[in-house]
Amino acid sequence: MRDFLHRVLILCRKELLAIFKDSSSRVILVGPIIMQSLLFGYAATFDLSNIPYALLDQSHDAASTALIAKLDGAGVFHRVATLQRQHDIAALLDTQQALLAVHIGPRLEQQMTAGATAKIQLLIDARNSNTAGSAAAYVGAVIDRYNAEWRAKQGLSGPPLAIETRAWFNPNLETRWNVMPGMIAALSMVQTLLLTALSVAREREQGTFDQLLVTPLSLPVIMIGKAIAPILVGLMQSTLVLLITLFWFKVPLAGSLATLYLGLLLFTTASVGIGLSISALSANMQQAMLYTFVLIMPMMLLSGLATPVRNMPDLLQFMTYANPLRFAIDLVQRVYLEGVGLATVAPDFVPLLVITAVTLPLAGWLFRNRLI
Amino acid sequence: MADSTLALESRALHKRFAVKASRQITQALDGVTLQIPSGSLAALVGPDGAGKTTLLRLTAGLLRADAGELRVLGIDARAEPQAIQNRISYMPQRFGLYEDLSVLENLDLYADLHGVPKAARRERYPRLLEMTDLGSCTARPAGKLSGGMKQKLGLACTLVRSPELLLLDEPTVGVDPLSRRELWQIVRQLVSDEKLSVIISTAYLDEADRCGQVFVLHEGRLLAQGAPETIRAHAQGHTFLVTPPTHWPTRRLQAALLDQPACIIDAVPQGGDVRFIQRSARNDTALVDLLHGQPLQPIPARLEDGFMVLLRQQRARDDSGNTDDPPLDQPVAQPLTPAVIASGQATPQTDAERVIEVRDLVRQFGDFTAVASTSFSVRRGEIFGLLGPNGAGKTTTFRMLCGLLPATSGFLQVAGVNLRHARAEARRQIGYVSQKFALYGNLTVRENLEFFGGAYGLRGQRLRERLLEVQRQFHLTGQDNIPSGQLPGGFKQRLAMAAALLHQPEILFLDEPTSGADPLARREFWRRITALAASGTTIVITTHFMEEAEYCDRIVIQDAGKVLALGTPQQVRAQAGDSPQRRLDMEQAFIGIVEQARGRHQPTSQREVIA
Repeated sequence: MRDFLHRVLILCRKELLAIFKDSSSRVILVGPIIMQSLLFGYAATFDLSNIPYALLDQSHDAASTALIAKLDGAGVFHRVATLQRQHDIAALLDTQQALLAVHIGPRLEQQMTAGATAKIQLLIDARNSNTAGSAAAYVGAVIDRYNAEWRAKQGLSGPPLAIETRAWFNPNLETRWNVMPGMIAALSMVQTLLLTALSVAREREQGTFDQLLVTPLSLPVIMIGKAIAPILVGLMQSTLVLLITLFWFKVPLAGSLATLYLGLLLFTTASVGIGLSISALSANMQQAMLYTFVLIMPMMLLSGLATPVRNMPDLLQFMTYANPLRFAIDLVQRVYLEGVGLATVAPDFVPLLVITAVTLPLAGWLFRNRLI
Repeated sequence: MADSTLALESRALHKRFAVKASRQITQALDGVTLQIPSGSLAALVGPDGAGKTTLLRLTAGLLRADAGELRVLGIDARAEPQAIQNRISYMPQRFGLYEDLSVLENLDLYADLHGVPKAARRERYPRLLEMTDLGSCTARPAGKLSGGMKQKLGLACTLVRSPELLLLDEPTVGVDPLSRRELWQIVRQLVSDEKLSVIISTAYLDEADRCGQVFVLHEGRLLAQGAPETIRAHAQGHTFLVTPPTHWPTRRLQAALLDQPACIIDAVPQGGDVRFIQRSARNDTALVDLLHGQPLQPIPARLEDGFMVLLRQQRARDDSGNTDDPPLDQPVAQPLTPAVIASGQATPQTDAERVIEVRDLVRQFGDFTAVASTSFSVRRGEIFGLLGPNGAGKTTTFRMLCGLLPATSGFLQVAGVNLRHARAEARRQIGYVSQKFALYGNLTVRENLEFFGGAYGLRGQRLRERLLEVQRQFHLTGQDNIPSGQLPGGFKQRLAMAAALLHQPEILFLDEPTSGADPLARREFWRRITALAASGTTIVITTHFMEEAEYCDRIVIQDAGKVLALGTPQQVRAQAGDSPQRRLDMEQAFIGIVEQARGRHQPTSQREVIA
């Protein structure tokens, strides 16, 4: 056992030396990640459709029914629940079953005919602030149309309905709040994957892998040694983005760092597993690079970062289960923004562990069967 | 103005390179003045780093000289490099073939690049394909060709148009004797048929011996020039052949002679005897003792002898300040004491312990058989050579022995361990030096050694001791913090050997360790190998220098996956028809044996596919 650890250690040391010896690779591992963090923080915007919403109608009169018909008929909203009590709203938003809840208070028609401005309460899950912002805008548009028709019919001047929006989890609806925590996982993944995918391919191309294979180092030792260095690099990069998010963009950290890092460790390990599998599969660096880029794009798209996973077609939603980034983003956002504990994000750990448990042995198997 | 009868004319040519990492300046060319007439075949020879490639690249207009004058075909290389490039062809050391493209597509590509019209191609291609003997495989991807065929295709691509001057940079490195001979036939044909001027750099001095003019470069300066006879003359009257006393292995006498730089300039094994160059013509008493009174037989000098004399003289002149290389007056390895020589006498012949046992070894790739039913054994302390043309199955056999490739069937035991079951166990007992430098280039010398030491389970005090020991043994002391990728060629190889010997393996595997190395480096290398074998390490080695087979106790010649010959160099030569009436050198014997086997059954298309 001590021998095993010693060997893993010397291999690990060699990998880290190989990565950080080179001043240009040091720059490449640090520079772009900072640049991208800033870029995403300042420049990201998004769009959406098919918004799941919950309805709490306490009026049940002609005016409210007409409004609900307008909402349901708008084509962007999809009612997932019709509630009876106000405190049911929280559970639905929490679990992300609904992105927003529309609360119509009692006696809507009565207020409106009386000429008073009636309030429609809109509760939005603002963790994904872009989606939330757009959704609120859509609701606003529907109500504006409703108001216009009402005024034309009744000949009144003031707007009969007003929206009162309350954003949950991200009260100021800052896009950055939503984007940056996601980047803690997403940005580091790109280089972690690439670094791992290239590590064996480079050695194979330069002939050093043969030299490694004729030593008594066993395949598991080589695999573990090769995995640890990129995991450390990945965590280092995540830390960089975390620091920028926290101190530059000043997005407050709600949850615990320990939970966050446990999640990131699992995520990076899963990514490294995928990277090692690519590496075992590729005959040279060019192939490894191509495979990696072919994978990175869909992983980004299917992560829920750009479009919410629940808006995707079923097949794609199913595919996201193989994507560690999807769970990492969910996990990081919830820990970072909502401050949830280990127990709540534990379900995200399961797929990450499964991906790791599949890719690492797969990489080992591929090594054995491709190399030899 | 310019003399148009000269293919190349240079006056006081200088070229410097800045080595980035060490912030040093290398003087690649230091005042080279030479003239090469049109229509001649000129050879550039010299040790590694002599400036051969730099001179060729300057000539091709790819580099600019720092100072001096260079005229190529009468054109000023500094002013009009493009005009020169339009009239010459240059084949660099690693020619850029597109491995995924077929032979014909590669030709087309280069023809397109040079703007060769379609009509000219129709005329040119059949001739090129006939010359290179590639006509039967025009549709095969270049990556699937053997090393020799790739070089021939590279040459064909270089010749898609008719140049006036052809520059070849070490075209025969890593190429087997048969393909080498074919390449030279092509080159000579070009010179005689097309009146082409050819400048060729080479590490094979026997090749230079057949050129019209030879230029000996050394550290950027021209050491000698002229017809081969002129160079040979430097050693004339100093070259002798001596037969070792009974039961003396040839290489031990050779090593003992080489260890006497005071009276011996050079010594190599040759056909069971030792060929050596004496420093002075007078009879030295030390020498007489060394030779145990064996009679000397004067023999005519070769170009290599003259070259060695020139080089040793030059090294002696600038030896004092030179710290890069181990001083030549000191033996590169521990001198062989009489006891060691005596102890080594019996080893190869008697039935010593077999450390490698191979029986009916087969390796197939799909339906292609790379190694067919091969059997041999290697005894402890033996130097065992694997020879064969490119693609003969040498590398496959070698990789199976090292445990890098599993056998399809057969029995394979290395260091007493069956490779089928206990590969890791066997790996502990072997050292491996690959053909290409395969240590971590951006790690320093020390980091590399520490890593490989650790990988072999050495640590703490034991690791430190071994580090010191191999650094001393391979003259690497004081080089700790230099990134290994920036070491000069010879250093890299010493480092690779040091790394492979850290754990004191029983068997050392060396894959073409001397490819592209100059004669001096090769002497030094073999001197170390001789010492290693004398101390009990078993050596398994592949090489394309047939004369190096003379250092081996036994050799095996493979072709098309089959063993064609197995035995001592003497036995192998005898098998090829060597007799006191008709002496064959190893290269002739090799070519004879391979051609004889190929004549019997000729699966040409199979043979050339590389495993």
